[in-house]
Amino acid sequence: MATPTRVAESSPAVEADRAPASKPKEMHGVAKWADERIGIAKIGKFGLRKVFPDHWSFLLGEIALYSFIILLLTGVFLTIWFKPSMAEIEYDGSYQLLKGMPVSEAFASTLDISFDVRGGLLVRQIHHWAALLFVAAATVHMLRVFFTGAFRKPREVNWLIGVGLLSLSLIAGFAGYSLPDDLLSGTGLRFVDGLIRSIPIIGTWAEFFVFGGEYPGSILIPRLYMVHILLVPGILLGLISAHLALVVYHKHTQYPGAGRTENNVVGYPLFPIYMAKAGGFFFIVFGFLVLMGGFFQINPVWLYGPYDPAKVTAGSQPDWYMGWVEGAIRIIPAMEWHIAGTTWTWSVFLPGVGLMGVLFVGLGLWPFIESWITGDKREHHLLDRPRNAPTRTALGVAGMTCYGMFWLSGGNDIIATRFNLDLNAITLFMRVAVFVAPVIAFIITKRIALSLQRADRERVLHGSEDGMIVRSPEGGYSEAHLPVSKEEEFLLTQHLQHKVLEQGHDTDARGVQRKKGGVGRLQARLSRWYLGHDIPKATASEIEAAHNHGAHGEVEGSHGAPELDGDGTGATPHHSADEDAHSGSTAG
Amino acid sequence: MSHDNLPVKDPELGHPVPNPGLEEHVERYTDVDKGAGDRAYRTILMMLGAVPVLAILFVVIYFAVPRDAYIDFGILQANAMNLGFGLTGGLAVLLIGLAVVQWARVIMGDEESVEIRHAASSSEEERAAVLEEFDAGVEQSGVRRRKLLLGAAGGGLGISLVPAVVLFADMGPHPTAAVRAETIERTIWEEGILLVNDVTWEPLRPEALEVGQLVNAQPANLNDFHGAELQVEKAKASIIVVRMDPNSIKIPQSRADWHVGGILAYSKICTHVGCPISLWERQTHHLLCPCHQSTFDLGNSGVVVFGPAARALPQLPIRVNADGYLVAQSDFTVPVGPSFFERDSSQDFQDGDQ
Repeated sequence: MATPTRVAESSPAVEADRAPASKPKEMHGVAKWADERIGIAKIGKFGLRKVFPDHWSFLLGEIALYSFIILLLTGVFLTIWFKPSMAEIEYDGSYQLLKGMPVSEAFASTLDISFDVRGGLLVRQIHHWAALLFVAAATVHMLRVFFTGAFRKPREVNWLIGVGLLSLSLIAGFAGYSLPDDLLSGTGLRFVDGLIRSIPIIGTWAEFFVFGGEYPGSILIPRLYMVHILLVPGILLGLISAHLALVVYHKHTQYPGAGRTENNVVGYPLFPIYMAKAGGFFFIVFGFLVLMGGFFQINPVWLYGPYDPAKVTAGSQPDWYMGWVEGAIRIIPAMEWHIAGTTWTWSVFLPGVGLMGVLFVGLGLWPFIESWITGDKREHHLLDRPRNAPTRTALGVAGMTCYGMFWLSGGNDIIATRFNLDLNAITLFMRVAVFVAPVIAFIITKRIALSLQRADRERVLHGSEDGMIVRSPEGGYSEAHLPVSKEEEFLLTQHLQHKVLEQGHDTDARGVQRKKGGVGRLQARLSRWYLGHDIPKATASEIEAAHNHGAHGEVEGSHGAPELDGDGTGATPHHSADEDAHSGSTAG
Repeated sequence: MSHDNLPVKDPELGHPVPNPGLEEHVERYTDVDKGAGDRAYRTILMMLGAVPVLAILFVVIYFAVPRDAYIDFGILQANAMNLGFGLTGGLAVLLIGLAVVQWARVIMGDEESVEIRHAASSSEEERAAVLEEFDAGVEQSGVRRRKLLLGAAGGGLGISLVPAVVLFADMGPHPTAAVRAETIERTIWEEGILLVNDVTWEPLRPEALEVGQLVNAQPANLNDFHGAELQVEKAKASIIVVRMDPNSIKIPQSRADWHVGGILAYSKICTHVGCPISLWERQTHHLLCPCHQSTFDLGNSGVVVFGPAARALPQLPIRVNADGYLVAQSDFTVPVGPSFFERDSSQDFQDGDQ
């Protein structure tokens, strides 16, 4: 958008002017009553017009929050009819195909909700879709926070809370998935039984304690019910409150751009804009989930039938968020140790329990590892453009690729049957791919990020092509460049490039004396690996030089000679691009 | 406005070009064009106006549509009531959201506001003040003079956790050696128990099985169990009975009399994480677990030929009784299902054992 350029005063001074009210207003009625008791005026003064920045990617966390609220609402409805009991009864509901079958009360009441309670099926399906959306939105929200560096100081604690939320949401989802006591969920529990049993040393004890004896026992579903509707949601609620409170305390991060600084937040006030936008968005998410509950069948437990430990369906899959663990369990080669009369089942423990531990511990530690590698101890409220943290971005994509490979492995049987491939070949391929694919993804992503940095630099120094290809009398082709706007120039150069830490230095990147110790060998090496390939952004003097050169070009242009500078050196302004176009046309 | 508590003291660090300040506000089409503004206003009102209509429809569906009415319309096959609820309820809720968001987007003022941030940290004075307060509190508590208080309180609190933890010791029976021998190390198979088909519950006779056939079977005494006990026993006792050409399979010396003319019985419970194994490849004699694709060679004492399982499938020794039915010779010789810590499973069966 063409907007007039102006170099404003430094932006802390840019504050919305509000006309002073002619005379102070007075509170009446309910507001006055409430203020005299709980001081709502003070709360309102602090929060009513609080500014939030606007960006689509900030909606991801909102989707997760709203899914959680919808889960609570629909979940309460389901508890009105659901009976968390493994006692055997004869099914006597309106689903004819299972009439008279011995089933557990949990399964029978799930069928009752689906067939005999009006709207029960809708709410059950909304609940399941909302659960899938909750974990998905939380995951993508976490990726957004990761790639934009929003976890950096002062938000490390909130990142940790987020990691806790994500791991708990997996437990909540899995516990809920197991409640209907159908064939699929029972198979999932059988898997959990094996997983718990594989824990070294305490495995058998843990299994007996969780299941109240041997698998499946008679008490597991009541216990999972407690975990699913009380324990985990209670903790989630507390953590979500803390998560949001910290967002309010820190104020939301914002993307860099004209007028945005580390010390301000630019956006729209809570009342009325964000109340309307966020409140409306809740209804949009809810509306979509209701439509999904109406149109898309999910988890039709009556087709699976009640749980029977002697049966299983081919193509059994967990909900999507457990797919990567399932995949790891599938592709790991057999591995058991036998020491002094004991068995250590690594091929279940490592992929099942260990991998989840690696992911969540790794995520939790990342902000601290990154700050150690870069030596960056500043507060950050402006987000990184992912290209400006190329190694982090590449690591993130590598992690996603690794996750994706494990996740695909969780469907190796489906892939084999759908694409007519050999199951064992897919498994062998995946055993290699989970290690190799992330490395390839890392290299490619880092190259792309660095290329984008280079492109930014070029754009700042040489402007953008004006879209007009001009042929010179000699037959050469060239395209003139227009300088970019002040706003864009600022956007492309505002990021901080950290210096590589040198071994033995006892000052940090900005020359501040370190409190203890210097930079160690490992830290220096990691720092070089992490920061060493950044393309130096344009400096003030380079920009100055480019501007002068550009002015020169414009003068030439006005004389009708459209041969403008194509490369950045300024030493040989004529005309490599020109010649390229030339040779291209003759070759063509 | 205090500017001494900003998060970053040098926000201009590393900026080669100065921050040009906020872009000038550009008015929206709905602000400058009265017609467009009115249209947007009407659209929002229409969206909100549709909500009551949909809500009434929802209630009508609740009371009027029979519960078992079914819609069969091409790819759309669904319970009519559920579909109606989803459509009316979903659209109503969606329209509320769209209307309010649209209101915020095109009618509410869109001038950006700027708010100043403050450092998350407290000021030096606040820190000093709180440390002083803390010291005063410590002084007041008396622990400076009576130093044992703190340790005693902490120790008491710590020890009080022990009863709380011990309270959970009854979550399940303790898997001591004796308990394990009666639970996970045993099934209800024993000498002379009939092998019965797990669907028809008919006892199996050797002549009823042809070469290449697989039958899912259970012990006849499983009928004595009900409810949770039944599930527990079934989760261990389930077997598969296969008949293979005795000349095309390997039968080790130690198991020479465990089969009846090429009929072998194996545990159906996977030694990996315990799924019931069910996919039978009759040409290769391989049995594939559908959960994680561990593959066992039933023509070779059930050894693992592929996948994450580490132990061979336990084999159930069988014979023919006086009436000509298949019966077990004993319980499984090793525990079925996934390995567990307290037992060395390496001696169970390895390829090449005799």
